[in-house]
Amino acid sequence: MNKKNKKINPLKTTKDELLSLYKDMLLIRRFEEKAGQLYGMGQIAGFCHLYIGQEAVVVGTRASMIDGDQMITGYRDHGHMLACGMESRGVMAELTGRAGGYSRGKGGSMHMFSTEKHFYGGHGIVGAQVPIGAGLALSNKYKGNGNVSLAFFGDGASNQGQVYEAFNMAKLWSLPVVFVIENNQYAMGTSVIRSSAETELHKRGSSFEIKGIQVDGMNVLEVRDAAKKAIKHARDGKGPMILEMKTYRYRGHSMSDPAKYRTRDEVTKTRSERDPIDMVKNRLIVEEWATDDALKSIDKEIKLIVADAAEFAQTSPEPDASELYTDVLLDA
Amino acid sequence: MAIDIKMPALSPTMEEGTLSKWVVKEGDTVTSGDILAEIETDKATMEVESIDEGVVGKIAIPEGTENVKVGTVIVQLLETGEKVNDLEKLQDKPINSSENYEQNQTAKKTIPSRDDLDEKRVSGSNVTHTEITVRDALRDAMAEEMRRDENVFIMGEEVAEYQGAYKVTRELLQEFGEKRVIDTPITEYGFAGIGVGAAMGGLKPIVEFMTFNFAMQAIDHIINSAAKTLYMSGGQMRCPIVFRGPNGAASRVGAQHSHDYTSWYANVPGLKVVAPYDAEDAKGLLKAAIRDPNPVVFLEHELLYGEIFQIPDVDDLIVPIGKAKVRRKGSDVTLVAHSRMVGRCLEAANLLINEGIDCEVVDLRTIRPLDSKTVIESVKKTNRLVCAEEGWGQSGIGAEIVSRVTKEAFDYLDAPPERVYQVDVPLPYAANLEALSLPGSSDIIKAAKKVCYKN
Repeated sequence: MNKKNKKINPLKTTKDELLSLYKDMLLIRRFEEKAGQLYGMGQIAGFCHLYIGQEAVVVGTRASMIDGDQMITGYRDHGHMLACGMESRGVMAELTGRAGGYSRGKGGSMHMFSTEKHFYGGHGIVGAQVPIGAGLALSNKYKGNGNVSLAFFGDGASNQGQVYEAFNMAKLWSLPVVFVIENNQYAMGTSVIRSSAETELHKRGSSFEIKGIQVDGMNVLEVRDAAKKAIKHARDGKGPMILEMKTYRYRGHSMSDPAKYRTRDEVTKTRSERDPIDMVKNRLIVEEWATDDALKSIDKEIKLIVADAAEFAQTSPEPDASELYTDVLLDA
Repeated sequence: MAIDIKMPALSPTMEEGTLSKWVVKEGDTVTSGDILAEIETDKATMEVESIDEGVVGKIAIPEGTENVKVGTVIVQLLETGEKVNDLEKLQDKPINSSENYEQNQTAKKTIPSRDDLDEKRVSGSNVTHTEITVRDALRDAMAEEMRRDENVFIMGEEVAEYQGAYKVTRELLQEFGEKRVIDTPITEYGFAGIGVGAAMGGLKPIVEFMTFNFAMQAIDHIINSAAKTLYMSGGQMRCPIVFRGPNGAASRVGAQHSHDYTSWYANVPGLKVVAPYDAEDAKGLLKAAIRDPNPVVFLEHELLYGEIFQIPDVDDLIVPIGKAKVRRKGSDVTLVAHSRMVGRCLEAANLLINEGIDCEVVDLRTIRPLDSKTVIESVKKTNRLVCAEEGWGQSGIGAEIVSRVTKEAFDYLDAPPERVYQVDVPLPYAANLEALSLPGSSDIIKAAKKVCYKN
C-alpha cells in the first residue's frame, strides 16, 4: 500500500454514509467552538469541557448503534448528546443556564439527559457512569429488549476502582454493555504514562476475561467497525467488550486549563496529521463524493444551526425562581 | 475431667437458639472438629463442632428443644475411661458469661402493649392480628411487592443462595428465581451504581447492603447519582430505587460495624429516609418505599430483626412515608425517637409513669421528609421535649428537631429541650465501654426528669 492510498481511508463506506458522518462530526466541532466563544464572553460559566478533536469516537460509535441502545458518559458530554440527536438549542441553552436547556438550566454542562433519545447523562463524578451504564445493560437484559448500553469514559476514569467492580459484574452476568474508553492521553493534566501502570487500556479487562480492542479513535470508519463488532458481541448475549479509542483533545481539560503539561507542537502536529474531520474531508474529495463548494456549503449550514442555538441560548429566559424547588422529589 | 459443651453464640446478636439435631449419640467417641449437633440461630442453621477429643457423655438438651439460651450446657464430653455415670449433675440454668451477654441486650424483648400501639392504621375490633418478627415482616413486604410488580428485584451480598446475611431475604430466591434475586460480589460501589442504572433503565431495584456501614463505599452513588439526578435533569430522569439494610449499633462488633448513618442521609434533598421501629411499620413502610418513584434509604436495625410484634391481618398493608406516629399518649413530656430508640422511649415511659411523669412517645418513622408537625403539636401539649437517637449528637436528628421546635413552638416550652445520643467517640468493643457509649432507657429517664425539673 503506497502512502497516498493509505491517506485515503481504505475502509468501506458510501457517499451518503460518509457525508452523514462528516456532518455529524462537523456539527460537534462547530458547536464546541461556539461554546468556547460563549464561555469567553461570560455567557457560559463554571465547568465546560470541550470535545474538539474527539468527534470521531462518538460519531463512529453512534453509527453502529440501533434505536433504543443507550449512551452514557462523563462530563465531556456535549458531543454525545448531539450524536444522540439531541437538539443543539437545548444543549446550548443548558450551557448558558437557561429555561430552554435540557435540564431547564438546573444541570449545566455536565448534567443533561434525554430519555427520548436514550441519553443517560452527563455524569460529573469520574467513573460513575460505568456501573450506571452496566445497570442500564442489566435493565435491557432483564426486560429482554435486545438493546445494548454504551458506557463512555476517559483514560483517567479507567483507573477508578468502581470501573473494575462494574467490569467484573458485567462479565459475570453477561450484560449487554460496551465499555468505550476515550483515551485522549491526559486525565486533566496527568498523562496516561504518569498515571497508569498498564498504559494499554484495552487490556484493562483481561482480569475479567473481557476482550478489548485498540482502535484509532481519530478514524471514524475504524471506530464504526470496532463498535459494530463490540455491539454485536454484546447484543448476541456474549457480554461486554472494551474499545480503547486512541484519541486526542485539542483544547484544555476545561476552559480554565492552560495546558502546560504538553507542548504546543504536540497539539499542532496531531491537528495537522490526524484530524478526524480532515481525514473524512480528504476522502470525500478524492472519491469525488463532494466538491470543495459543496463542503463549504455544508459548513455554512452547520454554522447556521450553531448560530441559531447560540442565539436561542442567550435569549431563552433564565429559569423561573419557582424552579428552584421543583424536581427534587416526584409525587408518590 | 469432663468438658462442658455449651450452647454457643453463633452470631453477635444470638441470645438463644433451637437445638435442631444431635449428630452424635451418648457413648460415641469424637475428635476435635467432629460435628456434634446442628443449631438453628436467628440467622441460619449452624453445625457445632467438638473442641476436644473424648466420649459423648450425657446429652442434656434433647434435639428439637427451642429457645436454648446461649451458655447452657448441652452435652458433656468425657475423657477416655471416664464413665457416663461419673457425670456431675448438669445445671439447667445458663452460666454467668451468658448473663453478662444478656445484660447488654436488656429489654430487647419489649413487646409493646396494645395501649402503646395507639393510632393503629387499621383499627376496629374486626381486624385480627398475628405475631411476626421484624425480619419476616420485611421479607413479606419484598415478596408481596415482587409478586405485584415484575420490575421489582433485589440485589446485594448473600441475598440469594445464602438466604440473606440476616435472613431477611429468606426464600425469595426459591420463589422468584435468580433473575430477580441477585447475589453480587462484595463491591458496594459497583453494585449500587448498577442498581441506579437499572432504575434509570426502568426497573425498580431493591439494593441490600449487608449493613449501612458498608454503604459508605456506595454513598457516592446514593447521593450523587440517585438523589440528585431528578433535579439535575430538570425532572426527566427518574431513579426509583430502595437502598436498605441494617443501620446503627449491633452488638459487640466494634466501631466500623456500628455506625448510625441516619443524619447523613437525612441531610440530602432528593432522598427519602425511613427508619421503622415495629413490624407493622417495617412492612408497610417498605412496601411504600418500593412503590415510591424516588430513591429511598430504608434504615433497618439488626437488633430489631428478631423482635416480635403484632401486625394486622390485612391485604396490602401500606404505611405512608412522611408521617410520624404517636405511640403512647401522655401529658408531661414528649419523647421523640426513631428505629430502636423508640423501644427505649417506651420502656422509659413505662417506668416514668410510676414516678408521676406521663410521657408522650413520638416515633418519627420517616426522617426525610420529617413530620415536624406531629412533634410540634405534641410539644404544644406537653411543653417539654426529649429527643433520643442512637447516633452521635453533633448535627444529629435531635439537633434538627430541637431547632424546629424552638423555632415553631418556643413559647410553649417550659424547659430547654434535652437530647440523648451516643457518646462522642467511635463505638468501643469492650462490653462495659460499649454499654457506656450507647444511649439507653436510663439516659432517657434522666433527660425526661431534667426537663420536668425532677430528680
